[in-house]
Amino acid sequence: MSTLAPILPTEHAAAPPRPTRGRGSSMRSWRLFDQIVYIAAWAAGLGLCLVTGAIVVYMGVRGLQYLRPELLVTRPQVSSSQAGSGGFLDPLIGTAVLTAIGLALALPLGVCSAAWIVEYGRPAWLGRLVESSIEIVAGTPDIVIAIFGLTIFELGIFGPLSSTSDSGVVTGSSFITAGATMSLIALPPLYTATRDGLQAVPAHMREAAFALGKTRIATIRRVLLPSVRSNIATGATLGISRIVGDTAIVILVLAETTRNEPAGSIPLLGFLRGTGSSLTSYVYDNSPAGEGDAPQKAYAAAFVLLLFILLLNAAVGRISRAQARSSGFDLQKL
Amino acid sequence: MSTDRTLLDPWRPSESAWTEEMVASVHANRMTGAVLAQPSDGADGSRADGLQADGPHAGGLYADGPHAGDLHPNGPHAPMPAAAAVDGVVPPVRTIVLDRQPVPVAPPHEREAIRSIAGTGLERLRLEDVSIYYGAKRAVNSVSLSIHQGEVLALIGPSGCGKTSLLRTLNRLTELTPSAARSGQVLLDGQDVHALQDTTLRSRVAMVFQQPNPFPMSIFDNVAFALREQSRKRPRRRELEPLVIEALSRAGLYEEVREDLDRPALRLSGGQQQRLCIARAIAMRPEVLLMDEPCSALDPISTSVIEDLIHELRRDLAVVIVTHNLAQAQRVADKVAFMYLGDLVEYGTASQVFEQPRAERTRDYVRGAFG
Repeated sequence: MSTLAPILPTEHAAAPPRPTRGRGSSMRSWRLFDQIVYIAAWAAGLGLCLVTGAIVVYMGVRGLQYLRPELLVTRPQVSSSQAGSGGFLDPLIGTAVLTAIGLALALPLGVCSAAWIVEYGRPAWLGRLVESSIEIVAGTPDIVIAIFGLTIFELGIFGPLSSTSDSGVVTGSSFITAGATMSLIALPPLYTATRDGLQAVPAHMREAAFALGKTRIATIRRVLLPSVRSNIATGATLGISRIVGDTAIVILVLAETTRNEPAGSIPLLGFLRGTGSSLTSYVYDNSPAGEGDAPQKAYAAAFVLLLFILLLNAAVGRISRAQARSSGFDLQKL
Repeated sequence: MSTDRTLLDPWRPSESAWTEEMVASVHANRMTGAVLAQPSDGADGSRADGLQADGPHAGGLYADGPHAGDLHPNGPHAPMPAAAAVDGVVPPVRTIVLDRQPVPVAPPHEREAIRSIAGTGLERLRLEDVSIYYGAKRAVNSVSLSIHQGEVLALIGPSGCGKTSLLRTLNRLTELTPSAARSGQVLLDGQDVHALQDTTLRSRVAMVFQQPNPFPMSIFDNVAFALREQSRKRPRRRELEPLVIEALSRAGLYEEVREDLDRPALRLSGGQQQRLCIARAIAMRPEVLLMDEPCSALDPISTSVIEDLIHELRRDLAVVIVTHNLAQAQRVADKVAFMYLGDLVEYGTASQVFEQPRAERTRDYVRGAFG
């Protein structure tokens, strides 16, 4: 009987010992191959940091050298001298509008197809077809997607989405058509991230919802999708990055006019049906390879682009961490 | 607060008296209190909770030995102090005393007297010749059982003998497995469960799983999710709050979480999460509660809390519990069904199955010869 531990009140428990570690294995005792691989892994990681740092620092230095605040708020003008050619307000607006339209189309499409494939996925041949289609779209070069978009939107049926010339030819170039084509670019990362997040939700979470008498749709809407919010945010960030960085679609489908030219006089609709440019095409135009040959403006615009991507990543990371903390949900811990 | 260890040693009953200091210390340490209110000594020195303060068997649970018909002081029918009585509308608030000593349970023939009211309740579920197949493999072979309100049916047996499959068939969760097929009939209040909509069935036959699985929402939203229509956010919080509080109180969790019902449910401890899952399940006022090894992932204190909860819940519900733990089945069950490799080997009252099993296999299993 004396071996049975008496039940002590908790104040009497001894303080826990400090964490210590025993002796590890030193690298000298490893095989040569392991040593080489270990050093190579460290070198690769550090090298990657160096390369990224070089890009950011170089662009930062160049950009800050040439970026002036008035560039952000002045519209570009066609002019023979640098002083008169204005800033890049129009391309900035163009990038923002394209991102908004592309994401607005890609987000519901990507999330719903991912939810369908994980929760339903029947018949099996249709599921395989959907997966292959997304993979094909993901792998298609964006110039091919741009040409496809242009061809499709030049059909007469899509006339209202863009402008029509006097001889009745549909131009097919507008913010709406370019945004729709951009959504194809943003769709695969969104779909993949949401699908992986949904597959990682453990089965007992779904069973608990079913056992309460909820339908599958209610489970998806109220339990599953809220728990993969951070995955959706990550996918959306990747999608936005792809949209913001895309040049081929802007050149082909947006017609890359220096300023945003509305088509028609209705305020918002005319703007969306009109042509314009984005920061990427502006950088191309002003670089030595383009028409403008104003590398200072090109660096400034490129710096703004990079800054935008960095800020976007930081903001989304903060949002998804805050959401994970508030819901207490950490898939890694399950 | 006395620090003498011998006073706290349960293996020396003559000295483990519940002294005033110990009660006061429990008072100070526990989360809330309604059961152990100020211990008021009666005129003859008898304590409010029935224990003797002095004498030859002082502090022992049974003065002069146990008698048939003695109500266990911690059992479900123990006289509760007046302070704990609340108005009849809301069920009595349960106290969770986390650092109380483990109390040995009365032996089975004692509990027979306590549980003689069981088995006379309404028949809720009836299984007639139920067999379950996964593809070509037969998991459950021709089981016929009857489940009544007011009693706890324990399904015992070694792993892989079809207990969980049988349980999941009762609320048609086996339909989530594509290859599962069932023959025979399951009748809920006389209706075939296949004829009901699965969502309706599952709101009348609720289930609690082995792994506590609260949703990644707040505590309030977890219980409210069960009460709201499918995927709507209405009714609003104001209308649902009393129902949510009642469900949490019946599950014995409300007092611990009352300060902040909007805390994320995943921050609770394992035992609290399981009680939240139970609250969520009983919020819909089901007729039957199915429990699939609810305590296997929990520590002993949480386990005893949930077993007390099962004692109380069986008044209003029929409870079916699958358990690997024979000792838990002995503590909790009124009726026991022993399954072995898909066959129902024995079915009877707990005292009969554990003490005078008819089948030899049951006798071997209960004695620990295999499993």
